[in-house]
Amino acid sequence: MELNARVPAGPLEKKWDTHRFSNKLVNPANRRKYTAIVVGTGLAGGSAAATLAEQGYTVKAFCIQDSPRRAHSIAAQGGINAAKNYQNDGDSVFRLFYDTIKGGDFRAREANVYRLAQVSTEIIDQCVAQGVPFAREYGGTLANRSFGGAQVSRTFYARGQTGQQLLLGAYGALSRQIHAGRVKMFNRREMMDVVVADGRARGITVRNIITGEIESHEADVVILATGGYGNVYFLSTNAMASNVTAAWRAHKKGAGFANPSFVQIHPTCIPVHGDYQSKLTLMSESLRNDGRVWVPKKQGDTRLPADIPEEERDYYLENKYPSFGNLVPRDVASRNAKEQCDLGKGVGSTRLAVYLDFADAIKRDGEATIFKKYGNLFQMYQKITDSDPMKEPMMIYPAVHYTMGGLWVDYDLMTNIPGLFAIGECNFSDHGANRLGASALMQGLADGYFIIATSVAHYLGTNKLDNISVHDQAFIDSKRSVEDRIAKLLKNSSGGPAGKFTVDEIHKELGKLMWDNCGMARNKEDLEKALKELPAIKQKFWDYVYIPGDTKEINQSLERAGRVADFLEFAEIMIRDALTREESCGCHLREESQTEENEAKRDDKKYSHVSVWEYSGEDAEPKLHIEPLSFENVTPSQRSYK
Amino acid sequence: MSSINLTLKIWRQQNSDALGRLETYTLDNVNTDMSFLEMLDVLNEKLTKESKDPVAFDHDCREGICGMCGAIVDGVAHGPEKEVTLCQLHMRHFKDGDSIVIEPFRSRAYPIKKDLLIDRSALDRIIQAGGYVSVNTGGTIDGNAIPISSQKAELAMDAAACIGCGACVASCPNGAAMLFTSAKISQLALLPQGQVERKQRALAMVEQMDKEGFGNCTNAKECEAVCPKGISIRNIARLNREYLLAALTEG
Repeated sequence: MELNARVPAGPLEKKWDTHRFSNKLVNPANRRKYTAIVVGTGLAGGSAAATLAEQGYTVKAFCIQDSPRRAHSIAAQGGINAAKNYQNDGDSVFRLFYDTIKGGDFRAREANVYRLAQVSTEIIDQCVAQGVPFAREYGGTLANRSFGGAQVSRTFYARGQTGQQLLLGAYGALSRQIHAGRVKMFNRREMMDVVVADGRARGITVRNIITGEIESHEADVVILATGGYGNVYFLSTNAMASNVTAAWRAHKKGAGFANPSFVQIHPTCIPVHGDYQSKLTLMSESLRNDGRVWVPKKQGDTRLPADIPEEERDYYLENKYPSFGNLVPRDVASRNAKEQCDLGKGVGSTRLAVYLDFADAIKRDGEATIFKKYGNLFQMYQKITDSDPMKEPMMIYPAVHYTMGGLWVDYDLMTNIPGLFAIGECNFSDHGANRLGASALMQGLADGYFIIATSVAHYLGTNKLDNISVHDQAFIDSKRSVEDRIAKLLKNSSGGPAGKFTVDEIHKELGKLMWDNCGMARNKEDLEKALKELPAIKQKFWDYVYIPGDTKEINQSLERAGRVADFLEFAEIMIRDALTREESCGCHLREESQTEENEAKRDDKKYSHVSVWEYSGEDAEPKLHIEPLSFENVTPSQRSYK
Repeated sequence: MSSINLTLKIWRQQNSDALGRLETYTLDNVNTDMSFLEMLDVLNEKLTKESKDPVAFDHDCREGICGMCGAIVDGVAHGPEKEVTLCQLHMRHFKDGDSIVIEPFRSRAYPIKKDLLIDRSALDRIIQAGGYVSVNTGGTIDGNAIPISSQKAELAMDAAACIGCGACVASCPNGAAMLFTSAKISQLALLPQGQVERKQRALAMVEQMDKEGFGNCTNAKECEAVCPKGISIRNIARLNREYLLAALTEG
């Protein structure tokens, strides 16, 4: 596998300009002759499809939901970063670049991150022009808030619904192109395979979720914008349909998968309350500004929080990290919560939660002040849990939130399969080992609005593509393999469910294996154990999964089964990736790699690189390749909370 | 936490062409901390184990923002709680022994695909007709060069909060999509960015709305009552004004 990042030469701040100038273009009159397939219509996919169509390309866009407006970008709450320096508080492109690369614990490519910071300002202008109702100051200028990992106010927001408003902006732009006939929209399609012909991505195979039909679509370029794989853990803050299938199928066709073990686990989520639970809900991190985190000192203490006297409470974050206290970074907060629960000090009915207590803040600032700050969050919490945080402590627990790993891409966001691009969360490119808050929206829109069209033009301008049709062998083979796999999934369905398992039962088993062994703190022994246990779960799935119904109809069990089958395969490279990275970095702690104070210890000598996995066949061990990272403009420093 | 026993009467329909009917299921020991959709998950696991076809329903984010879920619960879109989507409705709002009738959102413009799962693409086509500002990517002016009063921005945001679930249509005695359409028209009519295409937008979106077979507003206010995001029918008044003005001066 050849990994050439194709980072342009020259000084950092000139790279993007130089690149755009040296890239080939496609004449406006010729663009309509080229077809681009865009899979996924979140911030990255929606903006890419609209932008390519505006420029004159013929676009086919695909989404899994009933409408392109429903992609999971819509759930992002907090905001979007941009180096506008509207607050005159010392922000700059370089500072946003620096904060992002440092936040990622120096595991991302300098050139990509710098470009992200550069285009961030254009994103805001674009969204304002579309009529996105960003929050405003009384004088009419755009308002900003501050966010974790930064000392400047650079986050733009629309109440707690920034993702929704930005997505509806992109959806509007996309809708305009659909109306103009330049984008053909395919709703309720699930991508099942990438079609590779003569070494190039030339189309996709999809399943029509309504009719069950397997369809082939040809194109000149294929752009994947299919999001992250957090649902490998079964429970996460992701939407129910979020999955790894598109990225995994691309991987099986030869695309490298980078840093699959880099997963962000958010510390303040509403805890799991029963085995029927289907997803986890995030509560804004800002709560830790005034809430105090604690557990009972005694193990297995089942008293109500009000009955536990002060001296029998362990404010473990304040005790362990006196200078940062409850405001330690996400990864530290998450890890410590799990540690306390593992010690048997967890609270609530499942014992998998810690308290976040506002009593002292209310005593200090008064009920009105605290309610004004957090009222909407408290109401949301109360709606779900039926408990009022003004009266009793909140219960929180960490949850899987975002995946920094993804398909390996070069500076042009192209995978190592020519003609196959990956944008947004489904690539690995910008966040290193940890993503800062309010940066996911920024990356999705940077990729879709401002980067991908340049890359597509260059690819089409430098390569002569043969004519292709869905009747060619590559499409027929792909379609057949998809149909065979579905038939294999359904093979246990005759003879009824007796002695068999449902898709969810096996998904939960996989999720538990991954959460216990490949979560926020990892060690060699557990990872090796998980790697050993995984094949048995996979075997159980293929031998005993029961899927009611047929393929030629709406069959939601079959849809889930296909995704779980891919998660089961994908989990292996996640575990292997975690195993080979014998350092603590970003979001995860490798227990063997700690400082004397039990803090994360990064190892730049051995692991300052991107780990890229190559698929080598159904029963063969995947191959690991390395893309070394070099830092010419920043000096990697060790994080410290002192 | 406690648990309740329920009788569920759920609309089952194999596909668009088939006849549907209400089927009765009993579901015991439903944990009251469950969301309504988790209760349906549990039912579906049970049906699967009994070799029966699970109930098809749309859902995705399960945090009340994607707009994909929704059903008529005991005659009310998204169920008995105010300003929540079905995924945020919890079983503690039901009592032991309750019988719950669950039907799809119904409208001439929403063909039923299977069980509770419907086709709302008519709403997409209304937006496609003009629910945007026609700017291409790039070449836009600086964000702060368009000052907008905080009050205007907040009003626009009130309307922009629509999640496109379509409960308004399913609740309207006339099957009108006026609340949905007016939310987008209001957002853009309130903002300076929307002024250039203001009239054209109102005419085109209303025309598409009519073409899709949606009815007209007679101020029944059912839409506002069920809207999970609390979108006000003042927006419909604004839509009427926008449309009238456009029709008189452009039409």
